[in-house]
Amino acid sequence: MAFVRPLLDPSPRPPPVPGSLPPPSADLPRPIAEPPIGSDLSQNPFDSSSRLSNASARLRVDYNSGDRVLFPEPGSADSFRRVSGSRTAVRHGSGAESDRFGVASLREISDEDARFVYIGDPARTNERFQFTGNSIRTGKYSVFTFIPRNLFEQFHRVAYIYFLIIAILNQLPSSPSSDGYEDWRRHRADRIENNRTAYVLSDGEFRPKLWKDVRVGEIIRVRSNESLPCDMVLLSTSDPTGVAYVQTINLDGESNLKTRYAKQETLSKVPEKDPVTGVIRCEQPNRNIYGFHANMDIQGKKVSLGASNIVLRGCEIKNTAWVVGVAVYAGRETKVMLNSSGAPSKRSRLETHMNRETMLLAFILVAMCSIVSIFAGIWLRNHKDELDYSPYFRKKDFSEKEEENYNYDGIGAEVAYRFLMSIIVFQIMIPISLYISMELVRLGQAYLMIQDRNLFDETTNSRLQCRALNINEDLGQIKYVFSDKTGTLTQNKMEFQCASISGVDYQAEMDPLSADHADCSVRVGDQFWRPKMRVNVNTDLVKLLRSGHGREERKYVYDFFLALSACNTINSKLIDYQGESPDEQALVYAAAAYGFVLVERTSGHIVVDILGNRQRFDILGLHEFDSDRKRMSVIVGCPDKTVKLFVKGADNSMLGVLEESLDLDVVQATKNHLHAYSSLGLRTLVVGIRELTGGEFHEWKSSYERASTTLFGRSKALRLVASNVESHLHILGASGIEDKLQDGVPEAIESLREAGIKVWVLTGDKQETAISIGFSCKLLTTNMDQIVINSHSKEACRRSLEDAMAMSRKHLQMVHDAGRISLALIIDGTSLVHILENELEEELFKVATACDVVLCCRVSRTEDMTLAIGDGANDVSMIQMADVGIGISGQEGRQAVMASDFAMGQFRFLVPLLLVHGHWNYQRMSYMIVYNFYRNAVFVFVLFWYILYTGFSLSTAITEWSSVLYSIIYTALPTIVVGILDKDLSRKTLLKYPQLYGAGQREEGYNLNVFLLTMVDTIWQSAAIYFIPYLAYRNSTVDGSSIGNIWTLGVVILVNVHLAMDLFRWTWISHVVIWGCIVATWICVIVIDSSLSCPASALFWLCLLGILVVGMIPRFALKSFRGYFFPSDIRIGRELEKAGGYYEAVAGSIEMRPVVGAGGARS
Amino acid sequence: MNSGTVAGLWLRLLLLPLLHSRFTQQELPACKPILTPQWVISAFAVVSIIFVPIGVASLLASRDVVEIVYRYDSDCVPASWASDKLAYIQNPNISKTCTRTLTVPKRMKSPIYVYYQLDNFYQNHRRYVKSRNDWQLRDASKANDTSGCDPEDAAGGNPIVPCGLIAWSLFNDTYRFTVSNSNLPVNKKGISWKSDRDHKFGKDVYPRNFQNGTVIGGAKLNSSIPLSEQEDLIVWMRTAALPTFRKLYGKIEVDLQANQTITVTIENYYNTYEFGGKKKLVLSTASWLGGKNDFLGLAYLIVGGLCFFLAAVFTIIYLVKPRKLGDPTYLSWNRNPGGH
Repeated sequence: MAFVRPLLDPSPRPPPVPGSLPPPSADLPRPIAEPPIGSDLSQNPFDSSSRLSNASARLRVDYNSGDRVLFPEPGSADSFRRVSGSRTAVRHGSGAESDRFGVASLREISDEDARFVYIGDPARTNERFQFTGNSIRTGKYSVFTFIPRNLFEQFHRVAYIYFLIIAILNQLPSSPSSDGYEDWRRHRADRIENNRTAYVLSDGEFRPKLWKDVRVGEIIRVRSNESLPCDMVLLSTSDPTGVAYVQTINLDGESNLKTRYAKQETLSKVPEKDPVTGVIRCEQPNRNIYGFHANMDIQGKKVSLGASNIVLRGCEIKNTAWVVGVAVYAGRETKVMLNSSGAPSKRSRLETHMNRETMLLAFILVAMCSIVSIFAGIWLRNHKDELDYSPYFRKKDFSEKEEENYNYDGIGAEVAYRFLMSIIVFQIMIPISLYISMELVRLGQAYLMIQDRNLFDETTNSRLQCRALNINEDLGQIKYVFSDKTGTLTQNKMEFQCASISGVDYQAEMDPLSADHADCSVRVGDQFWRPKMRVNVNTDLVKLLRSGHGREERKYVYDFFLALSACNTINSKLIDYQGESPDEQALVYAAAAYGFVLVERTSGHIVVDILGNRQRFDILGLHEFDSDRKRMSVIVGCPDKTVKLFVKGADNSMLGVLEESLDLDVVQATKNHLHAYSSLGLRTLVVGIRELTGGEFHEWKSSYERASTTLFGRSKALRLVASNVESHLHILGASGIEDKLQDGVPEAIESLREAGIKVWVLTGDKQETAISIGFSCKLLTTNMDQIVINSHSKEACRRSLEDAMAMSRKHLQMVHDAGRISLALIIDGTSLVHILENELEEELFKVATACDVVLCCRVSRTEDMTLAIGDGANDVSMIQMADVGIGISGQEGRQAVMASDFAMGQFRFLVPLLLVHGHWNYQRMSYMIVYNFYRNAVFVFVLFWYILYTGFSLSTAITEWSSVLYSIIYTALPTIVVGILDKDLSRKTLLKYPQLYGAGQREEGYNLNVFLLTMVDTIWQSAAIYFIPYLAYRNSTVDGSSIGNIWTLGVVILVNVHLAMDLFRWTWISHVVIWGCIVATWICVIVIDSSLSCPASALFWLCLLGILVVGMIPRFALKSFRGYFFPSDIRIGRELEKAGGYYEAVAGSIEMRPVVGAGGARS
Repeated sequence: MNSGTVAGLWLRLLLLPLLHSRFTQQELPACKPILTPQWVISAFAVVSIIFVPIGVASLLASRDVVEIVYRYDSDCVPASWASDKLAYIQNPNISKTCTRTLTVPKRMKSPIYVYYQLDNFYQNHRRYVKSRNDWQLRDASKANDTSGCDPEDAAGGNPIVPCGLIAWSLFNDTYRFTVSNSNLPVNKKGISWKSDRDHKFGKDVYPRNFQNGTVIGGAKLNSSIPLSEQEDLIVWMRTAALPTFRKLYGKIEVDLQANQTITVTIENYYNTYEFGGKKKLVLSTASWLGGKNDFLGLAYLIVGGLCFFLAAVFTIIYLVKPRKLGDPTYLSWNRNPGGH
């Protein structure tokens, strides 16, 4: 919930906090910096001075220009003063920018930073600075940039640079066609979007105009249910008070309607008859969709504009007949376009490791080329005297008059030339085709993951989304899961559970009485409406409210529920409450259930149906929530002419502003209740009240008005005003809201822990709440030892960390003794900050990695991570920085999904995604990479052996066509099919034994040892392929192409049989593909040679059989030996599957001791 | 509704969705082989059972082959020229005829193949292999196409047919055999591949301007015989894979008895002295496996034996240290609780 946790900046690469942390080492926590709340202070010295002078300079310039049309009433001193006619006027765009990030609104706009939008005058607007038009382009490439940019994209990979060199040597062009197709589709979609129609004011009426022709400064009319063509500032709406409702589902996925306001100064104008003139100074385009900052000079007055005055492209107008606005950002400068740039591209760990082996292979390649060229040099020197006339070299050319050397420039040049030639001949040592195969395989894997019924969320009807295609296999290697709590582990469906009102605890009963519900229905017109959400209520409390007894007590309860229904930003539409915070919704529904039904909310007043008695309250002022104060307040003018201030906020921020001396007992009792609530895992809020005297109110009002018209540091000034008035509060009580866990979360976390994945939950809750939630979702268990660090000074932190280290060491020793008790580390945000600031993170990391569970409370910094899962805008940076980012497409919008690599409906899908698909993908991909290296290397080695017998002259017995077709036709398809379809273990087994996931964490499938062993095998196999025919055909009449065909077929058959032997599952597809490849090779060889005469000979067949058996013996023997005597977990799993039912029964009786954080994960 | 549409309906309604869902859920019916000891031992046993007999048969076949190899390159140079063989071979005025007798060690059944064997002749050298033009050999109209034939593409400004180093260096030693003073005919027809005669060398392509250059590399060709009938050339042009190779010279189609002496008259023209190459005359019978080569038989015997050995070792270990398959206690986390 937003109340306690500052949101992270959604921009993908937030600026690092200067001097916050030393650079992280590879494995150490890498803090994701967010702009700290205090950072505006550091900017101010620079800003305030320079911007002031700039602003005045700007004004001067404008007056000098003397454009009377634009400035009918040239500005005077009072242009800074706002006219506030009525009490209700204050609310309108009251400068209460819903500045959710607390940064933007503090900045004032200097001239260099500002863009000037002349309302209704696009020509002038675009005169000086050509702003972007409204046409958009989401395609990456244009006709001219496609080839260079695509090449640049391709060369990110090491091997592709190598490929470039090869391409230059071969003069081969590359053909990245699939990228081109994707881009063409995007271009087509853009064209449709650009050609939609908008209604733009010109010559006194609104005329249709294509979206792409809309320019900044134009006045546009949008009707209900239409999409907005660009970002525009509202001028007027069909609503007389200037309210417009927009649906932002395309922008942030939040389905509720948001309220936007037109400014008083403009809303009365009818644009057709009375054109609005003025100039808007707004900030440069940025991607913050929750912030906007601008000033509008209109009729000589300076009006401030905030996020509540702008409607953004991608949104739709709802429940408002029409709106008129002026375009301020168009085309790719709109916020939605700036946000659509997508996540930074990630590279899988396997691929990173693969680059290492690619380098190794390149080294082997260079070594082979060196050997060939050096020996060629020696050979040439030894045969120096013979070369002139020897028939096979014939250095001398006699055909010309002068005897000269033919194609020979001395030994040195010859050696260099051989070196380059050998690179061409051996080039497929580096498997370029592997990259293409990997792309295809990932595509196939993604398809199968998307299709998986077990990842289908029935409640939202959504499948898994694979948004990033290049990190599938990372899912099989996750060691840390960083999870957001709210909305990810929990449903983010808040339910009001209990309240503590003036020191008395009221718990809701489990079964809401239907009778009570009947009472809280409200008459609107002729119909009775009932709140949509049923809330459990406490019957005592209901009775207390209904009866007139206990006047004092009843007054508190009355005020408490009035505060709940008044102190919020919820829109009420026929008792259907829509708001940005689910907590507020829950509170309003709760108040409604107790008879305080919020019927109507406008900017100036609210109507509350109190126990059947409808009353109107004026909203005199509203201080929205911000992450500094962590509370919000409203000033309400009651029907009895009193003015009351209601404040609602996080407990720690509220307890500081309470007047404790007034009601000491109540405060103490409430504190106890709060503790109890959070121990139950409830989210708590404290509500306070103060009655304002007339003097106090007027003092507040004048200071508020002053603050809201301040040009520089407005939101800071407003915050100060809010803090001043939010003091000396009487406590009304506290509320406890339950956020229910999602289905299957406890089981999922248990599985992940058993799989050796360390789960970190990041939450903004109180420590007690966090621990209690931890227990309820089985993150913590009672047999764990807890290390709690919540110290508030540097020294204390250091001490508790040292204690923790000692404890973890003790535990590590205990490992070697009998059983092992799991460790849990619970640390709160302040301690974390202390620790990180004091360079204790090394120690913290040691402790944290020794623990099985780490719970961080109230953190706004995030640590190094591997998989991050979250659902809200505040998780975006975490998702983007993690190796794998997963977005939950839940209640909080689509920001997280947009930034994620995978998106899914439920947290529990993480288990099949990681344990099943992750395991498969990793296993497949790692095998595929090793196999591809092997496959190409075998071929190259065969070529190499032959070259040693040709006077190092680089001639090949295998035809050049076969070299080209080798990785395209002869051997390509089987690896791709294996990469997509092979399964080492069944889904059932993988879920039953989560520990099997450890194979990926320990990198068993692909590591340097596997690679080196495979390379040794490669040399053996290539030797078998080469030397068996060589020895069999020695001293015979065999010619080059015949023996070359044997080698070609030998390589292809051996390589395919090798794959066949390693295949786990033989489906009909595998059969078709593997045997089909061998047949296809045979056909190709016959076609290329056009006369395959050998097959008739017995020697040919015996050679092939010999190659096959001799080549496979070591691998087969080692594999069967290891599989039987030193079985891997996967092998045992396969045997278990094969044995089926019998062992299942036996296995049940053996205790499967869950070893969390298993073995190699730490070593 | 006929049966075809019913079947189609079945396919569309039941079978395809089923297959599709089996595919997407990755549940296609599959065979999941595991290398259990039984499988491993039987695999090794089967290999040894197959390989040992083949090895024996190959070895017997190889031993059956009777082979006479006679190296004559230094033998046929008169002692007076022994110190400068190059001068001898390059001197056109000296007779190169050389007569020797060979004894047949065992009865040789016809056909007896006559080969010449060259050692240390890199017919697979890149410069050499590429130095030919296949179009020119096949097609009379492409006679002027000598690309790739450098440095033997033209002589006196006219293109050479057949061009290139390979043709230029055509082997030109000849052999004549007599047994007890009667001529032993050597059949030189059909020594080349039929596919080469039919498809690679044209029936209307005649040698032209051949061996007219400054340096004569080897044999001259009768310019009235088309290339498709110049079988020595066709054999020579199918370049050998390895630096030591044999080429078929002809076939003797009579049996030779043991201890028979053959007189062979060699015209020793071909210059291998330039690069230290050896020349050998080979008379050999053939078995089903080809010529005399023990390698394959030995290799098969060794591999068969090795597989038998491995099967035995595996059986012994399996009996000494058996493991119950599919026993969960072997899972790593059950074997060593504590995770290490």
